[in-house]
Amino acid sequence: MYEFIYDILKYVLDLFLTDLKYENYILTLLTGIIIAFAIINAVLGGVLALIWGERRLLGRFQQRTGPNRWGPQGILTSTADAVKVMFKEDIIPEEADKYIFNLAPLLLVVPVFIIFSVIPFGMGLYAVNINVSVLFILAVTSISGLSIICAAWASANRIAIFSALRSVAMLISYEIPVGLSLVGILLITESMSVMDIVNYQSLPFILIQPVAAVVFFLGSLAEINRTPFDLTEAESELAAGYQNDYSGMKWGLFYLGEFAAAIAAASVFSTLFLGGPNGPILPGIFWLTIKVVGVLFVIIWIRATWPRFRIDQVLNLAWKGLFELTLVNIVVTSVTVIIWPEGDSNRILYIALANWIFAFPFLIIIFRLLRTKNYVDYINIKSSYPIGSDKPKFEKVGS
Amino acid sequence: MIGLGLFKGLTVTLKNLFSPVFTVQYPDKRAGLFALSRYLNKPISKLITENPKEFIMGLVGMAKIPVKNDQFPRFRGNEFVWYDDRCTACASCAKYCPLGIIEIVTHPSGENMQAGENYAIDKFDIDTGRCMFCGLCVEACPYDALHMGTDFERGNYQRVNLVLDKDTLTSQNKNPSSWFRPQFEEKDYDPWDKDLSNPKEAGRHEKPSYQDIKNKWVTKRKTNG
Repeated sequence: MYEFIYDILKYVLDLFLTDLKYENYILTLLTGIIIAFAIINAVLGGVLALIWGERRLLGRFQQRTGPNRWGPQGILTSTADAVKVMFKEDIIPEEADKYIFNLAPLLLVVPVFIIFSVIPFGMGLYAVNINVSVLFILAVTSISGLSIICAAWASANRIAIFSALRSVAMLISYEIPVGLSLVGILLITESMSVMDIVNYQSLPFILIQPVAAVVFFLGSLAEINRTPFDLTEAESELAAGYQNDYSGMKWGLFYLGEFAAAIAAASVFSTLFLGGPNGPILPGIFWLTIKVVGVLFVIIWIRATWPRFRIDQVLNLAWKGLFELTLVNIVVTSVTVIIWPEGDSNRILYIALANWIFAFPFLIIIFRLLRTKNYVDYINIKSSYPIGSDKPKFEKVGS
Repeated sequence: MIGLGLFKGLTVTLKNLFSPVFTVQYPDKRAGLFALSRYLNKPISKLITENPKEFIMGLVGMAKIPVKNDQFPRFRGNEFVWYDDRCTACASCAKYCPLGIIEIVTHPSGENMQAGENYAIDKFDIDTGRCMFCGLCVEACPYDALHMGTDFERGNYQRVNLVLDKDTLTSQNKNPSSWFRPQFEEKDYDPWDKDLSNPKEAGRHEKPSYQDIKNKWVTKRKTNG
């Protein structure tokens, strides 16, 4: 994509200005601006569509219509919301640290847009090709934790700080299983570049690495603060969480950042595990769009169904469940990669088979370990007292 | 197996996704072309020439169809229905009203002197802004002249406009509720269907005519001697 736009610009520029001094630099800058403009606007349009689609789908999941007043099928609802948010008053609390308070929303939004620079939208349709782009994605996504703690600390609000501490504890815990779940893929492809991983996937990695796919999906749900891991916005406990004191367009930026992060997570999942732009007949960008929409549908479906975790349950799941699963996945994958030599045409099938065989018993064992004490047993232990009450402090002696 | 419940929940919500919607849209609902042509009783080809604006709106699913929801006949709205011809200005309603918001001013009309002279009504005001719609006035009315109404879209910007005076009561559409009026329910009366402007239909008994009263009281007494 870069070379294509660069050549067109150079052709156009040569028509008017023949002897330009720093032509290379100007052309590079212009090309970069055009690509960034295109990608950011595509993501913004996607966010507007996603907000509408989520509200509409959630409505249908709960047997109501959802927004259907503005525009055909209510598609302009989110646009109207965006315009409204822009014109709202921007309030900064008196005790807030102004500089950090203003910086926090940007810290959340900008990294999300940066992620899209390494994602291939089609075959050869990408902004930049870094040879360590998987590492780049993991690094960039972890900035969101900093943004959340900045927002909470700067707004000098104890509810916001509770929310941010929970959120950051969760984000840091889930980065480890997310990072380790990708090791299996890196072992098989022997490359850290997203382009290589996409080119490798004649068979999508979700079939070769089922455990890693599940762990990565759950981890990315936690990274983007989605149900069932949306502890930061537990409305009944924390009101709006870390964005309590934000209003107007800054709040809008947080909102935008969350939904853009959902799209980013879906597109990363579909490039790494669903084959990205690979697919028959249609061009690559359609296949990627279809896969991203499918993953987003699953995310919304989960939001409509599953209840929220408690903070201890979330951390238990990360450290006692997913972390071990990823370790097991790494061991199984590395052993199979060594056993079957390269060049064998059925190598990838053998690896997939081994992974599937080892996946299910370990999943069951891990979930057994995670099982909490049964509620019925609790009743039997304390049968003489009503549930929830302690032993009475003062008992009559001798009566 | 632990974790199976998660997937059971997912199937439940997936079933809900493909099941019909319970939302009742009010006061109008958005409709596409087919629903619009069904509502206007015209084929789609006719819609293009006759209602081009609505056709374009229907094409993008934004045409409006007004919705009137089913309403129970005994529903009490925030208005009253009053029949001038049935009212004798006895002011029972005003006496029974616990809030004292019914104001009746009368003068002797000079008509019907044989039966004890009718009253002419100068003023019949009900301040619905303070009314609690207990219905005691309707229960008290001996001639079925006052009924609870069924209309509920009477929002106003000023409290003055909430006062129902004689002119509005006589001129407004008469859709009485069948609350405390069992004669309506026997006839399967639907308040939205019918405008009961004829006072003779509204009562259990008809108001006797002048001739009847004369027969009952004057002629009978004369014959009895």
